[in-house]
Amino acid sequence: MKPMPHLQKLEAEAIFILREVAATCEKPVLLYSIGKDSAVLLHLALKAFAPGRLPFPLLHVDTGWKFREMIEFRDATTKRLGVDLLVHINPEGLAQRIGPLSHGSAVHTDVMKTQGLKQALDKYGFDAAFGGARRDEEKSRAKERVFSLRSADHRWDPKSQRPEPWALFNTRKAQGESFRVFPLSNWTENDVWDYIALENIPVVPLYFAKPRPVVRRNGALIMRDDDRLTLLPGETLEMRSVRFRTLGCYPLTGAVESAAATLPEILAEMRQSRVSERQGRVIDHDGASSMEKKKQEGYF
Amino acid sequence: MRAALALTESRLPEASPASPATVAQPAQKSLLRFITCGSVDDGKSTLLGRLLWETNSVFEDQAEALARDSEKFGTTGKAIDYALLVDGLSAEREQGITIDVAYRYFSTLRRSFIAADTPGHEQYTRNMATGASTADCAIILIDARKGLLPQTRRHSYIVSMLGVRSVIVAVNKMDLVGYSEETFRRIEADYRALVPALGFTEVHVVPLAAREGDNLSSLSPRMRWYRGATLLDLLETIEAPLRQDARFRLPVQWVNRPDAEFRGYSGTIAGGEIRVGDPVTVLPRGQESRIARILTPQGEAQAAGAGEAVTVTLGHEIDVSRGDVIVSTGSGLKPTRRMTARLLGLADAGIEPGRTYLLKLGTGLVRTRVSMIHYGVNIEDYVETPSARIALNGIGLATLEVETEIHATRYSECAALGSLLLIDPINNETLALGTIDQVVLPAAPDTAGTSPHVVETLVRLLVPADATTPEARSRHLSWRLASALLVALPVGLVTGSAGLGLAAAIGDVLLRTLGRAGHDRLWRAIGALRRRRAQDTLGLDGGGI
Repeated sequence: MKPMPHLQKLEAEAIFILREVAATCEKPVLLYSIGKDSAVLLHLALKAFAPGRLPFPLLHVDTGWKFREMIEFRDATTKRLGVDLLVHINPEGLAQRIGPLSHGSAVHTDVMKTQGLKQALDKYGFDAAFGGARRDEEKSRAKERVFSLRSADHRWDPKSQRPEPWALFNTRKAQGESFRVFPLSNWTENDVWDYIALENIPVVPLYFAKPRPVVRRNGALIMRDDDRLTLLPGETLEMRSVRFRTLGCYPLTGAVESAAATLPEILAEMRQSRVSERQGRVIDHDGASSMEKKKQEGYF
Repeated sequence: MRAALALTESRLPEASPASPATVAQPAQKSLLRFITCGSVDDGKSTLLGRLLWETNSVFEDQAEALARDSEKFGTTGKAIDYALLVDGLSAEREQGITIDVAYRYFSTLRRSFIAADTPGHEQYTRNMATGASTADCAIILIDARKGLLPQTRRHSYIVSMLGVRSVIVAVNKMDLVGYSEETFRRIEADYRALVPALGFTEVHVVPLAAREGDNLSSLSPRMRWYRGATLLDLLETIEAPLRQDARFRLPVQWVNRPDAEFRGYSGTIAGGEIRVGDPVTVLPRGQESRIARILTPQGEAQAAGAGEAVTVTLGHEIDVSRGDVIVSTGSGLKPTRRMTARLLGLADAGIEPGRTYLLKLGTGLVRTRVSMIHYGVNIEDYVETPSARIALNGIGLATLEVETEIHATRYSECAALGSLLLIDPINNETLALGTIDQVVLPAAPDTAGTSPHVVETLVRLLVPADATTPEARSRHLSWRLASALLVALPVGLVTGSAGLGLAAAIGDVLLRTLGRAGHDRLWRAIGALRRRRAQDTLGLDGGGI
């Protein structure tokens, strides 16, 4: 037997993890955040259970501030694939009109994303939630387990993580506890794009370069996706050829200037890139060890 | 010269223009998983950080953060502290140590790498073992100033126990011993002396100065006496031997039954190959059938092999569930209820004989009793000593008796069905990991009249516990009977009574067995006492944190 090539190994590993959760957890859910990692995760899940249907629904924790093209893509994708989608948006945050522009990224992320996610998991009683996080994204993620055990109040304790030798996952948990499960743990950003190209997986058009209206703010290029983003004194709106390496709430997601409008061009640009994908994420710069802190509080 | 050429190739950045060839290439690259281990302060994180740096895997914004962090937490003065690229938890950065396994990813033109950076301190041995369990190759670091340390032996043992056969010994900090060839040769000889006990098949020893990058990706002008390959060159070329036999095994993970028409069994092939039409047996119940269809992630296929995540359908309607194992018919693979395994304690609770745990093996979860702990291994001098329990970070050989029949193999035969976890049935904690040494198959059916259980009990009473192979057991049993005969003969001859001779023989067997049990118990108690004393004095070892 020839050894399996790199991407095929990663694919088999992810499928194994997806099946392990479906077989041992009561009520799993796939956290679908619409981006490229979610697209790959969904694609792998469909493969893992083919020709059967997905044995779990998708959940999107909306914040009201996602790019419009993301929401269109989400609805078109779930319709095309015939999968169940649940959408949750924190009603308290909505009532208080919490937003990234009025309240800042830290408050917005905590209320609309972290608290919103906890509410949704509690509301439906999910005991395992798949996420598309990868260990190469950020340093505290590099130490995350594939099966990350969360307490009844969703907290993560980096010091009491279960050892995970081989592919032997201890999927036992007490009443109220839950798992966050990361089938793409060992994938890199390059792997994700290579796989998208290899498997022809559709992704949100925002990943491809196109002239878009952007404003330079705090060193980042922010796209004006709707008129809730008002220009500050001295700011001007310009049309620039940009694309996004990660997708989130539009006022918190920086675009990169690029002419890469096709997959091969993106792959080529990726190999030349000298900055990490999270550089465009405004929330990662909220303070030293900020991701570790957010994760302890229950962020994905 | 060849090595130098290969090196230039691998140094090329991956930024070649997007020709179709470069787009297709990444999918075909091989993957090497390796682990870096060694004692505290040997520079493991620095080495890995430097490898990331030299393979262009550090992005500009990360480099800026690194420069900032180096000034704040760095242990290298104003210079860049590459270790900060991998130590991610705030406690680690503050203390300048590695606590948990960190996985890092980088690639060259030839290979993709997954590196597990593991902690050096004894109290985190379990995290080191976790990193080693999936490694194809291990880099064992040795500080050139200190030579072999207890941790070097400990990590080498664990790496060997977990089946790694290719090892690169990196003698680091050569800059601090004046790049002395003599020092290097002495450490190399010391390490090579350990190898026979560990069963490594490929051992390379490289002199390094990781902080400065000497011999990392290009040969160092300061160590011209070294004529071997650079570390990165070795990583790119080392062959990871497949550690499994060729017999087909598919642990059933998930039963895929969308409608009455389709009934598929999903899982990742643990060993061997299978083709449509091949006869298979489902263990443990032994139903026979044939492979009807094979679905792989790439679509329907005629054949599939080890490592592939497949769904198969069978020619007959039979009842198969998660935890069963589909094997090729006639391969001699059988279910078992008893095995011996090397266990490594992962939790404070430890493992104790007589207690019941949950055993996770393949896709099965069954109750199991640890019936006996044969010995503990002192993993610094590899000496086996009697042991009453397996403590956190301790290693020992134990017999496990499972409640229901399962399919298991020796770890050396098949890692996926030879590795296990012991889980606390009450608080669900992962208590131990294990590698199977021997699988005890049920006694052959020709022991007519006696139930296998009675035979097993008799054998267990008569044979010392450390006879773990069937051959050793038979040898002990035949010697026991022969020595009883030696007692019976003179007694029978002197007294002229066959009855008395027989009585003497039975008495000999009984008294020796009971006497031996008592004697062993005494030694176990002495061993436990010694170990406790030793632990008290060893507590400060490796106190680098």
